[in-house]
Amino acid sequence: MPETKEIASQAQAEVERWEQETLAPALNKRPERKKRFETVSLDEVARLYTPADTEEIDFERDISFPGEFPYTRGIHPTGYRGKLWTMRQFAGFGMPEETNGRFKYLLKQGQTGLSVAYDLPTLMGYDSDSPLSEGEVGKCGVAVSSLADMEILFDGIPLEEVTVSQTINAPASVLLAMYLVVAEKQNADWKRISGTLQNDILKEYIAQKEWIYPIRPAMKLVTDTFEFCTRHVPRYNPISVSGYHIREAGATAIQELAFTLRDGIEYVEWGARAGLDVDEFVPRISFFFNAHNDFFEEIAKYRAARRIWSRVMRERFNAKNPRTLQLRFHTQTAGVSLTVQQPLNNIVRVAIQALAGVLGGTQSLHTDAYDEALALPTDRAALIALRTQQIISEETGAANTIDPLGGSYFVETLTKKMEDGALDYFQKIDAMGGMVEAIEKGFPQREIQESAYQYQKAVERGDQTIVGVNKYQMSEEPAEISTLVIDEAVRDLQVARLEQTRTRRDKGAVANALEKVKKAARDDENTMPATIEAVRAYATLGEICDALRDVYGLYEEPAF
Amino acid sequence: MEKKIRVLVAKPGLDGHDRGAKVIARALRDAGMEVIYTGLRQTPEMIAAAALQEDVDAVGVSILSGAHNTLCPRIVQLLRENGMDDCMVLVGGIVPQEDIPKLKEQGVSEIFLPGTSTEDIVKFLREHVRPRE
Ligand code: B12
Repeated sequence: MPETKEIASQAQAEVERWEQETLAPALNKRPERKKRFETVSLDEVARLYTPADTEEIDFERDISFPGEFPYTRGIHPTGYRGKLWTMRQFAGFGMPEETNGRFKYLLKQGQTGLSVAYDLPTLMGYDSDSPLSEGEVGKCGVAVSSLADMEILFDGIPLEEVTVSQTINAPASVLLAMYLVVAEKQNADWKRISGTLQNDILKEYIAQKEWIYPIRPAMKLVTDTFEFCTRHVPRYNPISVSGYHIREAGATAIQELAFTLRDGIEYVEWGARAGLDVDEFVPRISFFFNAHNDFFEEIAKYRAARRIWSRVMRERFNAKNPRTLQLRFHTQTAGVSLTVQQPLNNIVRVAIQALAGVLGGTQSLHTDAYDEALALPTDRAALIALRTQQIISEETGAANTIDPLGGSYFVETLTKKMEDGALDYFQKIDAMGGMVEAIEKGFPQREIQESAYQYQKAVERGDQTIVGVNKYQMSEEPAEISTLVIDEAVRDLQVARLEQTRTRRDKGAVANALEKVKKAARDDENTMPATIEAVRAYATLGEICDALRDVYGLYEEPAF
Repeated sequence: MEKKIRVLVAKPGLDGHDRGAKVIARALRDAGMEVIYTGLRQTPEMIAAAALQEDVDAVGVSILSGAHNTLCPRIVQLLRENGMDDCMVLVGGIVPQEDIPKLKEQGVSEIFLPGTSTEDIVKFLREHVRPRE
């Protein structure tokens, strides 16, 4: 179209005029502070963005309206004016009793959803009494080894009313089974309960590194939960495809976006191959992104995520259901940006990161505590983190209008840049045969490792500032803060409870159920029904995972 | 030519946080040291055995899971039992202030908290480790 061309050159001509007439003399008088301005992903940022940068962006095609394709401006026609995001703080430590107390405290303070942090033995599918669990029980989250622990964890918390997110991956199907049986014992209707299972095994091999089985059988377990939930727990999200961990492991914003969405595509392909209808199960796939320090880059990332996903679902999978096209996501502020030095500064970082998540249209949000780089959060630190969200939502006006940064030359240009960067990665990964193959080759792992190292070097050169770490350091820091200490006795108490559980249960029923789990795994049937039966019989997490380890074997990380 | 410093970078226990360990491993390599990375989920026994087999001058333990009080002293003890009396043990990661004196008493030479520059770590190793013949 010659007409647009002309406008294009006109916009460009205007920029050139400004550069000569106004900018050049100013630069002559005072040069800029540095040669290169860059985001926290080390991508260059220009001095100014103008209509000349957004010429290729078409309002109807690329931006459009909230609630309409391609959903760049959000999935809800009313944004946060109808419903605020869910305030969902990740919490878990020590014994199930202690975490249950924290849950109730947070709910009382106005939190609107729950999110469970499990300890490392649980995350790796070991019981509290395994020799490998020594020193680790209750340290990084709550210890859950059997249904008995799960009953205590949710005691007095109505699962039909509160939505719960569980950060659990390799053994996710077992923890889902425990959750469903607890719900059943509360007389909650499976058809009405909602919540989210992280269950994103691909990013474990890429970033979080809590694997048990080799990739392919692990993917089979994930599709088992898709199939089971679609049929029996239709309002539950059986997966939260997570960029958070990818970013925290060192990825740039574009890498986070690209690898996460490409993981999402992989799950859709596996589900479809297992015979599920895309328009039936994809609406229950949710996402999880990081909110890092670079405010605009993050907002652009969320907007690009929605646009890419809707296009991919339509173009690659021929999706028809609007809900299949709508990317919903949780956000967590960037733990890795928080410092041991002058820890109260973290409150400020978190507030700004959280605001980016909100301006980017997140569906739920976790704000990190100021003691993030020291230990699991104290009550006090967790409270301020929650209050930060409440202040953003109710005092700042940020939730009053939808996608307030839409139309900004800078944000629209960055959104496009994010999108193009992600699509480039899609091409590379597709050429390798898909995400499973790319992971087997170590491709995303190496990309992330490289970015992590480059960032470290940028900090050490002083190109990236971290207040209190490489600038404005203090040898005497003001006011030490108190931190949470997990009692070593937690392990003994957990071991004692586990012993009790093991003696009280019907041994025959347990052995039988475990045999069924193995059989389902061996025969390539859906493992969920047998897993639920085993959980009901109080088979432990370790026992059920051992049954699956017997059949599937173990993952070995290749060296790279 | 001077012999290169050999370092084993180790990840003990169930901890999967490996960003820091990999950054450190590469920084030491870029500084001209020979670095062996154990990979994840090593028991103290596996770490001590690797240190002996690789004949390293220092073991750098990266631990962010809070299990340091259980795992680090054991690593030191096993190294000593293997006769590696000069092999220095460094610890990096999330270690509360109050645990630091105790770890040092139990034989850890130095503890590096988040925010430490890799140049400082390189400097520390060069000053304190003398590669053995
Ligand atoms: C990034 C991160 C993650 C990433 C890890 C990605 C990866 N592959 O590494 C993800 C998101 C996956 C993650 C997950 C979890 N995390 Co995490 N994570 C962090 C975080 C935010 C930063 C760590 C980091 O990588 N920093 C950047 C690197 C470069 O720094 P570094 O590792 O500290 O290394 C520096 C120094 O410590 C030192 N150093 C480190 N190692 C070594 C080794 C040697 C030899 C030397 C000399 C020096 C040295 O030098 C380095 C350079 O300065 C910390 C909190 C924080 N801000 O520190 C929590 C933190 C470590 N995580 C925590 C927890 C609980 C978890 C989970 C268990 C949560 C859960 N229940 O699900 C999971 C499971 C993790 C697992 N697989 O083991 C807790 C641990 C609590 C504790 N120890 O008491 C922390 C402290 C956060 C918190 N307050 O809750 N996490």
